[in-house]
Amino acid sequence: MKAFTKLDGLAVPLMRANVDTDAIIPKQFLKSIKRSGFGINLFDEWRYLDPGFPGQDPSERKPDPDFILNEERFAGAQVLIAGENFGCGSSREHAVWALDDYGIRCVIAPSYADIFFNNSFKSGLLPIALDADIVNKLAEECQNTPGYRLAIDLAAQTITSPSGEVISFDVDPFRKDCLLEGLDDIGLTLQKRNSIKDYEAKRKQSAPWLFG
Amino acid sequence: MAGKTLYDKVWDAHVVHAEEGDTVLLYIDRHLVHEVTSPQAFEGLQLAGRKPWRTNSMLAVADHNVPTTSRDQGIEDPVSRLQIETLDSNCEHFEITEFKMSDLRQGIVHVIGPEQGATLPGMTVVCGDSHTSTHGAFGALAFGIGTSEVEHVMATQTLLQKKSKSMLISVDGEVGPGVTAKDIVLAIIGEIGTAGGTGYTIEFGGDAIRALSMEGRMTVCNMSIEAGARAGMIGVDDTTINYVKGRPFSPSEERWDAAVAAWRELHSDADAVFDKVVHLDAASIEPQVSWGTSPEMVTSVGSQVPDPASVDDAAKSAGMSRALEYMDLEPHTPISDIKLDRVFIGSCTNSRIEDLRAAAAVIKERKVADSVMQALVVPGSGLVKQQAEKEGLDKIFIDAGFEWREPGCSMCLAMNADKLGEGERCASTSNRNFEGRQGKGGRTHLVSPAMAAAAAIAGHFVDVRNF
Ligand code: SF4
Repeated sequence: MKAFTKLDGLAVPLMRANVDTDAIIPKQFLKSIKRSGFGINLFDEWRYLDPGFPGQDPSERKPDPDFILNEERFAGAQVLIAGENFGCGSSREHAVWALDDYGIRCVIAPSYADIFFNNSFKSGLLPIALDADIVNKLAEECQNTPGYRLAIDLAAQTITSPSGEVISFDVDPFRKDCLLEGLDDIGLTLQKRNSIKDYEAKRKQSAPWLFG
Repeated sequence: MAGKTLYDKVWDAHVVHAEEGDTVLLYIDRHLVHEVTSPQAFEGLQLAGRKPWRTNSMLAVADHNVPTTSRDQGIEDPVSRLQIETLDSNCEHFEITEFKMSDLRQGIVHVIGPEQGATLPGMTVVCGDSHTSTHGAFGALAFGIGTSEVEHVMATQTLLQKKSKSMLISVDGEVGPGVTAKDIVLAIIGEIGTAGGTGYTIEFGGDAIRALSMEGRMTVCNMSIEAGARAGMIGVDDTTINYVKGRPFSPSEERWDAAVAAWRELHSDADAVFDKVVHLDAASIEPQVSWGTSPEMVTSVGSQVPDPASVDDAAKSAGMSRALEYMDLEPHTPISDIKLDRVFIGSCTNSRIEDLRAAAAVIKERKVADSVMQALVVPGSGLVKQQAEKEGLDKIFIDAGFEWREPGCSMCLAMNADKLGEGERCASTSNRNFEGRQGKGGRTHLVSPAMAAAAAIAGHFVDVRNF
């Protein structure tokens, strides 16, 4: 798992509610059997005026100048400030991979869909949930301040805005540790292989039909 | 001490180990696998030199990418073909049971699991697909996971999970004639919103839910995720047990009685306490039609497209305006004035035999309107298709002007050749009306199979109760 410790990154606001995973990475790109290369098609239907399909020559695409990620001043953004229920819809981890591949390392939103939230930690993308009022304020500042950067410190659980304001955020301690250390959670779980085997042995007695 | 909810019971039976905080290591009984979310997990497994923990917990099928036209030609799209071939070779390599494209049992992963008896009451069921919630209809704890978790389950047969809060949605009383499971669940989502269930596991209860067949219950649980809940569950009763009996993966003779005895306990205790309880009056639910780009944007067929100006919440109002613009609809337009270009009957929400029967009953001896350029029926599995053909439903559809296709996800997400063109409007029995879901620029209206069928005949939405 990729680690996340600190970040000082340019922010971009995308303040729509219920941004779904179909919007984050449309289905035609899910045909890939790889984990990388999705960034070019992040928000494809919003980002480009022409229809996107796998294997296209990126230099021939027509970016939509009105889409916020296409604005010059947001190029290279690493923090996405978003609306409520971000990442709803399908379970596709490709949505996280697309954000990550594009360069987004942290999302700040009032709330997330459960599966997306879970998936994010697995690829070293930090999803931070804050009160809607605070998110709206950050989005507004970001919109109105050229070069607006946010400094995020996971160990300290703080976000520092350009004005020096420090906002703290919550994160599950277990997930925080995994992210800070970039731990391989499969490897960790396999250290408990004996517990799993014990469980199975008992369960085979009480519910043998589950092992048919 | 308060009694246990159904969710508590299934959860408690699967805890392998309590971790730090409130995270537990949860054992997974059934792992369903499809071609889109598994290749990177198999690759991860191989790179780490690991093997699946228990291959007989796994059942694989290709469904998202498969063509629904004749399978003799193979798959034309090379990218789709590679993904399906990758699943085939991974399953061969690791000796995992797979229903290949040519297998009669092939179909949508959430249709074939129950159909085969691979989904059993009290199980934990996962799949790299958000509509895994479907299997909760059996009193199973079933939820979608991402690819990293797919790999985690493959390698360890477990997942690190935190228990969610519990919500009871009780649909009280009886629904009127012509009102189906799909209408019930759309009405529920309209009521609690698309994030209403976030952080919860929902249990559906009440007389109207108890009265549903297993097919109907699967339709309801299928859309739990559209209400934000990873899992939706329904307690076990005779309907459940009768459905499971005699299926290929169901327990056989000697184990059956013990299994049934255990399954009889799979309901919430009378004194169980839920974190949240929502009541809906079944009699007040009418056939539903979605008008926007989120499943919560839904209304009764007899009403009108709502007006964003009448909503006080500024963010909500802006979202509605944006949706109406995308859908090319004006506020106050009667739902029955909305004309359709295409009709799609299929998806893991509504492609089971009962769904096809309901649609066929509406179109019998009628013709698809000239203005509708395509009406598709895509059965959920090869076995559903075979059963429908046995009953002569295929003839009814074909005579009416529908296309009768091979099983798969098809136009539910348009990963194969079945898709909407820019600006086209579709009555669809699927579960998501997101922008571009059925094709870039396509406009989706979610409805029940009977409502979709009636719309195909009329060329616009009609109340199936007076049709
Ligand atoms: S039918 Fe649609 S919702 Fe169901 S699994 Fe296939 S793509 Fe997903």
